[in-house]
Amino acid sequence: MNLALSEEQEMLRKMARDFLANECPKKLVREMEGDEKGYSPELWKKMAELGWMGLVLPEEYGGGAGTFLDLAILLEEMGRACLPGPFFSTVVLGALTLVDAGSEEQKRKLLPQVAAGKAILTLALTEPSATWNAGGVTLKAVHEGDHYLLSGTKLFVPDAHVADRLIVVARTGGGKKPEEGITLFLVDARSPGIRFEVLKTIASDKQCEVAFDKVKVAAEDVVGKVGQGWEVVEKVLRRAAVAKCAEMVGGAQQVLEMTVQYAKDRVQFERPIGSFQAIQHHCANMVTDVDGARLIAYEAAWLVSEGLPCAKEVAMAKAWVSDAYRRVVVLGHQVHGGVGFTKDHDMELYYRRAKAGELAYGDGDHHREVVAAELGM
Amino acid sequence: MDFRFTREQEEFRNEVRTFLEEELKQGSFQPRCDAWIEGYSPEFSRKLSRRGWIGLTWPREYGGGGKGHIDRLILTEELLRYGAPCAAHWFADRQVGPCLLAYGSEQQKREYLPRIIAAEMFFGLALSEPEAGSDLASLKTSATEKDDCFVLNGQKVWTSGAHHFTHCYVVARTDPQAPKHRGISEFVVDMKLPGITVRPLIDLTGERHFNEVFFDEVRVPRECLIGGKNRGWYQITVQLDYERSGMERVMGNYPLLDVLLKLVTSEKGGGWDSAPRAVVRHKLAELAVEFEVGRLLVYRVAAMLEGGRVPNYETAMAKLYATEYEQRLAQGAMEILGLYGQLSGGSRWSWWSGKALSTYLFCRGYTLMGGTSEILRNVIAMRGLGLPSK
Repeated sequence: MNLALSEEQEMLRKMARDFLANECPKKLVREMEGDEKGYSPELWKKMAELGWMGLVLPEEYGGGAGTFLDLAILLEEMGRACLPGPFFSTVVLGALTLVDAGSEEQKRKLLPQVAAGKAILTLALTEPSATWNAGGVTLKAVHEGDHYLLSGTKLFVPDAHVADRLIVVARTGGGKKPEEGITLFLVDARSPGIRFEVLKTIASDKQCEVAFDKVKVAAEDVVGKVGQGWEVVEKVLRRAAVAKCAEMVGGAQQVLEMTVQYAKDRVQFERPIGSFQAIQHHCANMVTDVDGARLIAYEAAWLVSEGLPCAKEVAMAKAWVSDAYRRVVVLGHQVHGGVGFTKDHDMELYYRRAKAGELAYGDGDHHREVVAAELGM
Repeated sequence: MDFRFTREQEEFRNEVRTFLEEELKQGSFQPRCDAWIEGYSPEFSRKLSRRGWIGLTWPREYGGGGKGHIDRLILTEELLRYGAPCAAHWFADRQVGPCLLAYGSEQQKREYLPRIIAAEMFFGLALSEPEAGSDLASLKTSATEKDDCFVLNGQKVWTSGAHHFTHCYVVARTDPQAPKHRGISEFVVDMKLPGITVRPLIDLTGERHFNEVFFDEVRVPRECLIGGKNRGWYQITVQLDYERSGMERVMGNYPLLDVLLKLVTSEKGGGWDSAPRAVVRHKLAELAVEFEVGRLLVYRVAAMLEGGRVPNYETAMAKLYATEYEQRLAQGAMEILGLYGQLSGGSRWSWWSGKALSTYLFCRGYTLMGGTSEILRNVIAMRGLGLPSK
């Protein structure tokens, strides 16, 4: 048992932290919240040049053959910096799904483009029913000759408005169980019949409603096997939950550091407020949540990285981190007092992102239910 | 990063489990919560001793096992999982031995360590006093140098097992003139010495685990001083790190979680109707998640020690988090059991011999002993985060 990062991983962390500190100041983060695209193409290009988009992709597709654990480290730093943009969608939801289930041709065509920063991908899974279960997939894909026609509405699709391709989870048939009859399609985002609308969300993170009206998709654009898409989705969701945990751990760490620094600097009653036990105990509770969150998130990330069974640990991680990040930000606000309640202070960025992260890929209640099932209840 | 155990470690875990299953089958112990404090059985300790499971990490030259910290965690994890009675040797194995190894003289190591390992020498801890609880450094028990002895006078409280143990690890004031942290020393004291009185201290469970220990002109031979005279405070902070970061902090009442999970997952348990099922599922799932976090915090300390690094605030954090989790487990169990939770053992209606009730009563002590949660938060804030003291 060794819970430390390798030397290379520490270097990756440092490089990412330094880069984002320079290239992704909070000014940019705030600008992007109001920006139509929601990301900076110049920054996106620099990230691609650093090899970030291809970090975990296989070498034969222009990737860096890194591990999922490496990606988790990168995501942690992105969460710390509140990096805006479609990195998560493109890599975690899109590219890794193709690596898992895509055909050789799909991979050859798209992955090198992803690695080069020239293709943005996302996954269109959830619908107005807003559930992560297979039963929530109702968007119809009707087989006609050499193509399918997709009709229905997807909701809470991240970054669809800037994506080049959408991986759409659709229903191609019925079955005894809702998990049967689900198929994944790789859809050109500019296909006729697709309409986007960016939703106004708590974190201004560009989630979209995507309406499909008889959108024509060629049969060779099916990802994986027809009718057996849910297995793929389950794996994608587990990975996304862990990836989100890593991002959230980074955010929580930054909130902790800001708060401790503030407690040392802020003077009231002629002494730093950090010398009062009420404040010290808030900070102790925060660091306990942050450390616990990092340990359980990295345990899950390591299992995913090693390809080991991980359903229970992933659910435990997302259940814990979802609540822990929120608790950390809440205490951070309490320590910061009034100044943290202003729109100009960085705390508000994290408060909103903590809630968005909590909701993504299953909140605490969702994952506690998974844990209960995994424990045989 | 690697969360895996080595093949040897997995084999060791199996060996411990096989032994415990066999002992259970023979009825040599009844699984219970808090067995590391309340399960006093010299016979059982001797069985562990014969397998080399006391002093597992200590150097072989003193009869120790020479194994790693992760191995010891595996051993204690299994002992606690089974609720096996380990109180007799627990304190000696956990902190007295490591302290002797760190600060004892060669002669002391050769004299004491093999006897601890052989389960002949059982240690209690005589640290707290009526006027020195969280503020341990203000302790008043005096040790005055006289001839070839230190003469002990004073009173200790909360010494678990003092009525059983052969020895006590005592901290006492050796320099009353010095600032309070700089006049303290540590001693190994034979409980048979004249002048020692042990009085029961009945805690809120109504039982006797703890004691008051009185020292009246007790002549402790000079060679029982451990480490440097007046260096005791610096030595004891290391000892407290050991005390705080063991598996017993997160698994003291693990048998309760285990039994509850079995109850709810068994066919019969599915019909348990004292609380709505969905609520029970979520409560237990939440406790299982919280347990995993606690387990990782404890393993983190062992992994640091194994990697040759010195823990800082991590031990305080493990104890703080884990004992508060254990209290939530006790509370969760009582919620799930509903009216049955209030029944003590001995009634035909009582559930699991009233053990949920016992740990619910006892658990108030978890966040007090070995550093209260508040003291631990101070340690984390000041030692870990560098927050100022004034």
